[in-house]
Amino acid sequence: MQQPPNSSRRQFLGLAGGAAVLGALPVVIVRPAEATPAMLASAIQNVTGGATVRTGKVKLDIPPLVENGNTVPMTVSVAHPMAPEDHVRSIHVFNEKNPQPNIANFHLGPHNGRAQVSARIRLADSQKIVAIAKLSDGSFWSASVDVVVTLAACTEEVI
Amino acid sequence: MASAMINVPAKARRGDIIEIKTLMSHIMEPGYRHKASGEVVPRDIITSFTCRFNGNEIFRADLFPAVAANPFITFFTTATESGKFEFEWIGDKGFSETASASISVE
Repeated sequence: MQQPPNSSRRQFLGLAGGAAVLGALPVVIVRPAEATPAMLASAIQNVTGGATVRTGKVKLDIPPLVENGNTVPMTVSVAHPMAPEDHVRSIHVFNEKNPQPNIANFHLGPHNGRAQVSARIRLADSQKIVAIAKLSDGSFWSASVDVVVTLAACTEEVI
Repeated sequence: MASAMINVPAKARRGDIIEIKTLMSHIMEPGYRHKASGEVVPRDIITSFTCRFNGNEIFRADLFPAVAANPFITFFTTATESGKFEFEWIGDKGFSETASASISVE
């Protein structure tokens, strides 16, 4: 009489374990580490013209956990001198999952003294934000941050 | 009615790097939202912001629907001489607003 209860317990544990693994799987599939949707890639391509974008110099300050995606404070600064012969020419900010990949372009020059801009943006989903700086020597530098958004912006019903 | 808020220091020393803060009240309707009836609310955003100092452009931004309502933009500039900052916002549906602020540089 020992055998039947034991095997059903084993079956139950096996099933429960399988269900747990299945439940965990979608999380892995939905959030791949380095997925860059085509729209984001082509928007970046439009700015860089295919030039190599190196990581560094750029600092993207944005809260990692956002409660309300309708207004998210963001600051981009570039650790680079702003001299007439060597300066930051522009800063471009992109997103991964809003309806449009562009957020804003900021055009700067040596008279700005400091390559830093702030704005408030909208995020329609948890996603990656990318900031790219173009220097006067034609090189591109970037930084990216993953942001988790609790309340999404842009696409919800109005009135 | 559109209204702007500008924060520029009234005085600065020559060579100081000063921060300029600007806010323009605007709905920034992204054009992706639906009414209850199902029709899309048409886009109505500010597309361009420009700052000029004594007539020369010192800062410009292209804005997209991903910029939050009432665009709040801050940036920096080096104080070189006394003069006037002029700010201009241009957008959909013929939106056009200007504002200005003066600075005295010692």
